[in-house]
Amino acid sequence: MEVVMAFVVGGMYAAAIYMMLRRSIVKLVIGLVLLSNAANLLIFTLAGMKSGAPPLIPPGMSMPDGAAADPLAQAVVLTAIVIGFGVLAFAVVLIHRAYEVVKADDMDQMKDTDR
Amino acid sequence: MLYAILSTFLVAAIAPAVHRVTGRASGWVLGILPAALFLYFLSFLPAVSSGESIVLSWPWLPGLDIHLSFLVDGLSLLFALLISGIGFFIVTYAGRYLEGHRDLGRFYVIILAFMGSMLGLVLADNLIAMFVFWELTSITSYLLIGYNHENADARKYALQGLIVTVGGGLALLAGIVMLAMAGGSYELSEILANGDVVREHSLYLPLLILILIGAFTKSAQVPFHFWLPRAMAAPTPVSAYLHSATMVKAGVYLLARLNPSLGGTEIWFTTLALFGALTMFTGVFLAFRSTGVKQVLAYSTVMALGTLTMLIGIGTETALMAAMAFLLAHSLYKGALFMVAGILDHEAGAKDFLQTGGLRTALPVTAAFAILAALSLGGVIPLFGFVAKELMLESVLEAPGLVGILTLLAVLTAILGVAVAAIVGIRPWFGSRVETPKTPHHEAPPAMLAGPVVLASLGLIFGLGPGLADEGLVNAAAASVQGAPVDAYLALWHGVNWPLAISAFSLIAGGLLYWRWEQARRALAWVDQAAEYGPEKGYFKMMDGLVWISEWQTRVLQNGYLRYYVIVIVAMTAGLVGVTAQLFDVSVSAVHFERLQIHEMAIIAILVASMLFAVLTRSRLGAVAALGSLGFTVALVYVLYSAADVGITQVLVETLTVILLVLVLFRLPGFLSLSSTALRLRDAGIALVAGGMITLLMLSTLDARLFDSISQYFIEESEPSGYGRNIVNVVLVDFRALDTLGEIFVLALAAIGVYAMIRFRAEDRR
Repeated sequence: MEVVMAFVVGGMYAAAIYMMLRRSIVKLVIGLVLLSNAANLLIFTLAGMKSGAPPLIPPGMSMPDGAAADPLAQAVVLTAIVIGFGVLAFAVVLIHRAYEVVKADDMDQMKDTDR
Repeated sequence: MLYAILSTFLVAAIAPAVHRVTGRASGWVLGILPAALFLYFLSFLPAVSSGESIVLSWPWLPGLDIHLSFLVDGLSLLFALLISGIGFFIVTYAGRYLEGHRDLGRFYVIILAFMGSMLGLVLADNLIAMFVFWELTSITSYLLIGYNHENADARKYALQGLIVTVGGGLALLAGIVMLAMAGGSYELSEILANGDVVREHSLYLPLLILILIGAFTKSAQVPFHFWLPRAMAAPTPVSAYLHSATMVKAGVYLLARLNPSLGGTEIWFTTLALFGALTMFTGVFLAFRSTGVKQVLAYSTVMALGTLTMLIGIGTETALMAAMAFLLAHSLYKGALFMVAGILDHEAGAKDFLQTGGLRTALPVTAAFAILAALSLGGVIPLFGFVAKELMLESVLEAPGLVGILTLLAVLTAILGVAVAAIVGIRPWFGSRVETPKTPHHEAPPAMLAGPVVLASLGLIFGLGPGLADEGLVNAAAASVQGAPVDAYLALWHGVNWPLAISAFSLIAGGLLYWRWEQARRALAWVDQAAEYGPEKGYFKMMDGLVWISEWQTRVLQNGYLRYYVIVIVAMTAGLVGVTAQLFDVSVSAVHFERLQIHEMAIIAILVASMLFAVLTRSRLGAVAALGSLGFTVALVYVLYSAADVGITQVLVETLTVILLVLVLFRLPGFLSLSSTALRLRDAGIALVAGGMITLLMLSTLDARLFDSISQYFIEESEPSGYGRNIVNVVLVDFRALDTLGEIFVLALAAIGVYAMIRFRAEDRR
């Protein structure tokens, strides 16, 4: 599964970068969402994908029963998801506000409005 | 020793307060410090002149083998005495010269800090410590030259001096790191004892070139000589100090200091002797055709620096002896003459030799000692300058090579030197009285006369009794430059020989030249046109070029188009990763596709399909829906592969994301077709390269593990130390709690930003 995921994640990066290269600012937002998902999956995949081994400790024991998935990678991804959402919310509202002011969603036009 | 040097910086810090309290006497009060330092250094004299060298060390960065260590031997002690001794006269002199100047307090701060840096530079035994002090002198001298900061020229030329010397400093840093690699230590005392190892090391040539660039820029050797006369924008006490004992001598000090470990090779001799001789001649030639008081003196300093470099390059016992004697003689007369120049300016308002004449009646004491110093500059018997000059000529005649060209340049320099000395020693004082901008009503105050009187008299005393200077310090200094005891001695009378003949000839020829000064200067007017193409032109061209390049670079890189930024970032990352992968021979060997189960295939199919749809669709709603589908499938991946908490978070966040996108994006216009097919293909190509790179990176690192994961610790300690059974939760709120706090800050900031933008919009509508 990891090998296949490597191709999927690479594809997601490609899609994200392609969208970020567009002039429409909405497509930039879509690119950002793709990028943060891709980055999260990258970390998650590289930590090793184990099914049926949650990092939980059964009652009465001090260690997980058998091998557990990497808890650190999960914690990192969890944090990244939340921060990614914060950034996205800010970006979306900022873009909306910018559109109201300059009446353009083409980034080339936005660039020229301060002239 | 450490406290001696630190004390200068401490006193520098409180100098403005001292100045406010003591007022007019501040020069004398602050002069106590250099005077005390002078006496302190004098206490080393008996030990040093008997041939000892003393190393004192304090640990500084022991882990990096950098110690604050000091080396007191003949060379460093000679410099330390000159710096502190002349420093005393400069501080007291400045107290009167700049009296009433609104920034005098600041002046004391900088000049004392400069003195401390200079002392540190000449006394440091550790190369890194020496370099730090070296750069400190560049910075403090920048502040000194630009002291009259409201004058555009002062700022411009201060910057010029800074850029030339600090540029050389960069080369020097590289050079001393190589020197330490070659010599096996950062301590000078150890490197100097390992001369043969350094000279035969494969890094010898590059490190020599780098160190020479550092020394030549600092000591204004051709072609870097142009910054020094420009530094005359500084107030006169600063010029006097920079030129006589400090700053510009630092490069010469470095050459002399490293002579035992770098010197003695063919390239050392050729480079130093040639550049030194050329600088010597250029300096005296330009001095002869200048008329500004300080200009003439500045160019004659260039001559002296060239002479010193040449002598160190020649490197025979006589030459080193001559270098040290010349160093002492020059410091004495140049310090005196610059202070005289300040008196001329202060009392008579004269800044140009053409504006002066017949001032000996108005300023009798100044005139007498100026003439005495000028005689030493001209090398007239029985002054110390004569002793030094005889030895210089002798060592040129006995040089191990290039005798013809060195002798020619030395004789020409001697002739022009006499003429320059006559300009300084005769022109302002004799002849008919010329109307000066200010009429001097009285002799200069004692604080300003003390320097010229003492320094010029010392030139006479050492001339009459050269043994005093010789046994005192000059011999020990020459010995530390040579790295072995020196047999030569100083004497006023060497008998009738070639040097004496050259001296006599140069006196007559120089006198004639002075007699015809005005005509000679007119005949040399072409030099001004030639100077248009000189090295200074190159400096200004280079500065213009820098501005041009940075404008061009800003235009190209900071073009305001997000997509070009993204392209640059992607290309750089891909390029660097590619190069690194090549260098470290990264290969993707262990890739084996396992058989996928049906639900895994389904997940991957959905991921790919929604990704493609999000990119290709022309409907905004379709794109958002595809993103939602992608996000929930990612959540499914997390849940399937043992990350329940992450899956839950992803579901929540994805729901919010979709709602937010639907709410906001539909207030924006629909997609337009903005780019051509060719552009789309180009972007797709870039994106695919980047994506492919990510895939390759992942494949090559899947099985690699360079270090043990710290996760095992979290797993083991979660229950016993963290009292939690959900390890991910314990990591988030306990082991990595600070990270979570940072995350909360980011969210709070984003929330505040969102709130602010929404609120302002509401106000706009109202």
